[in-house]
Amino acid sequence: MAQTEKTGKLLEVKDLRVSFFTPAGEVKAVGGISYELDYGEVMGIVGESGSGKSQEAYAIMGLLQSPGKVIGGSITLEGEDVLAKSKAEMIAMRGSKVAMIFQNPMTCLNPVYTIGNQLIEALRAHDKSVSKEEAAKRAMSMLEMVGINNVQKRMKQYPHELSGGMRQRVMIAMGLICHPQLLIADEPTTALDVTIQAQILELMKDLQKKTHMGIIFITHNLGVVAEICDKVSVMYAGKIVEQGLVDDIFYHPAHPYTEGLLRSMPRVDAESYERLIPIEGTPVDMLNPPEGCPFAPRCEHAMKICLHKMPPYVEVGDRHRSACWLRVEEQVQQEKAAPEAQAGEKEADERG
Amino acid sequence: MGKYVIKRVLMAVLTLFIVICLTFFLMNAVPGSPWLSERNPSQATIDALNAKYGLDKPVIVQLGLYLQDLLHGDFRESLRMQRDRPVLDIITTMFPISASIGAIAIGWAILVGVPLGCLAAYKRGTWVDSLLRVICTLGISMPGFVVATILLHTLTGGIEGVNLLPALFDGTPKSYIMPCLALGFYPMCYLSRQTRTAMLDSINQEYIKTARAKGLKNGKIIFKHALRNAMIPVLTYLGPQIAFTLCGGFVVETVFSIPGLGRYFIQSIQNRDYPLIMGTTIFLAAFIIVMNLIVDLLYKLVDPRINLSKGGN
Repeated sequence: MAQTEKTGKLLEVKDLRVSFFTPAGEVKAVGGISYELDYGEVMGIVGESGSGKSQEAYAIMGLLQSPGKVIGGSITLEGEDVLAKSKAEMIAMRGSKVAMIFQNPMTCLNPVYTIGNQLIEALRAHDKSVSKEEAAKRAMSMLEMVGINNVQKRMKQYPHELSGGMRQRVMIAMGLICHPQLLIADEPTTALDVTIQAQILELMKDLQKKTHMGIIFITHNLGVVAEICDKVSVMYAGKIVEQGLVDDIFYHPAHPYTEGLLRSMPRVDAESYERLIPIEGTPVDMLNPPEGCPFAPRCEHAMKICLHKMPPYVEVGDRHRSACWLRVEEQVQQEKAAPEAQAGEKEADERG
Repeated sequence: MGKYVIKRVLMAVLTLFIVICLTFFLMNAVPGSPWLSERNPSQATIDALNAKYGLDKPVIVQLGLYLQDLLHGDFRESLRMQRDRPVLDIITTMFPISASIGAIAIGWAILVGVPLGCLAAYKRGTWVDSLLRVICTLGISMPGFVVATILLHTLTGGIEGVNLLPALFDGTPKSYIMPCLALGFYPMCYLSRQTRTAMLDSINQEYIKTARAKGLKNGKIIFKHALRNAMIPVLTYLGPQIAFTLCGGFVVETVFSIPGLGRYFIQSIQNRDYPLIMGTTIFLAAFIIVMNLIVDLLYKLVDPRINLSKGGN
């Protein structure tokens, strides 16, 4: 995998909006999100079910299922406008530039074809010049790279003859066989048991270092995020409510929803009598989203304005921003306090 | 695998035995006799004939004797339709005609029906899907003689200036066209609907999402990844349907005057030609059993997860 390590911007998503036009009305699954990802960077997208985190990924891949549609914003991958690509260009892009792996490895491999067949196919879909023998060799070396041994035998086996963890390894090998610059992992460890989860995460971290690819890691598990990600976007009801580097999100959360997520997560250093605190209430009804901040109805700090107006993003630190009226208020107070403090000093000087 | 086949063959023999017994009793329970015709023969003649062909014995004894003959490979001779001609001989001359028409019919039904089903599933909810739905529902609900009559009317002179095909079957290639069209229309429509349903199911599976994420082209996703997974229900239908179609459609053979097995089978029942009824029934039953066995073995080829030795079907 000798690749020149590129630097700079790999992916830029700006104000992306995805809606599902259902008979019951428009569901704004993704309501205007923006983020950037550099080459070799790993970003986690965290959120609960229905927060739009997967749909956002499908939009990048061009895999939105009808009646889902991108209705606004832009996606720029390596300087190219993804949304402007033709169907054929999208097919050429999928698998070669961007690969995707999914949640359930038990159902994501076609049960009636051998592992080898599916791997070779993934490679030859993008490079017809590779002979079948060469492709088989590449496939076997990929399998070895993802930690599968006895590859000769594995190539001839069917998915049902492999364990879940092994199948996810195969999925990863299949995703990486064309050396994509970006890997989108949609809850890749959720369906696996905990020990296998750890192994797969370890493997992905390892491969990421080797190949220097960018990863978008979609999950609802903050523990997984801490393990592998450089930065995190926390999504709620189709919007990114907080964005920042992993340490900032974990140690200085600046949005009540993030705080709630952290409190509901078991910690190793917790005292045995400490109970997990769930976030009260239920997720938003996406057909009739609330007017203001979508989290307001469940937020213990909710103020009057929260129910009426969506808060703007506030920079709360280096590359750390949050969409919460509390932060807006703090900022305003700081700005107010600054001149007052200066004035106070002057007074003191005069008196002295 | 070998063990499985042996088990299935033993089961087949048992099934066949039950079919033979049932048919034999039912056939004898129906009033009438092979000797009745326009000029009723005298009771003495009937008694003599019954005695000659062993029809005067109790049914259970007759069955025993018939089974004994069968075990020696003797299907006996026709009583009425072609008196004293061996039943096996009749079947072996009639079957090829029915089979050749049936094979062409089922052939085009598969070649057209399966792709149409894929198309309908791929274009679900569009006008293409709706149009195919209408055609297929018509084809499934229309009796065979209606299709045959429509074909006859339109292609053999019913419309001014259009007289493309011979109305009656005479063995020439041209005369094959209409019977094959008529016989294949129903299975084509049925296959198409079944393929559509199965395809819709497999298209929504996660491995299709994987295939799309890999950057495969639509054709490959549909025909390689989705279709093979949709083949099981289609195969299940096809097995017995092939047997039925090859043994001849009674209606189509009657409409086009084809000297095939299907028509002969029905006529033999009307004429109480007992050995001929038994012979054709056994032939059709054995054929269906064999087709089902082949289908079960094909399952394994289509879907490697199926484990035949553990009960199989």
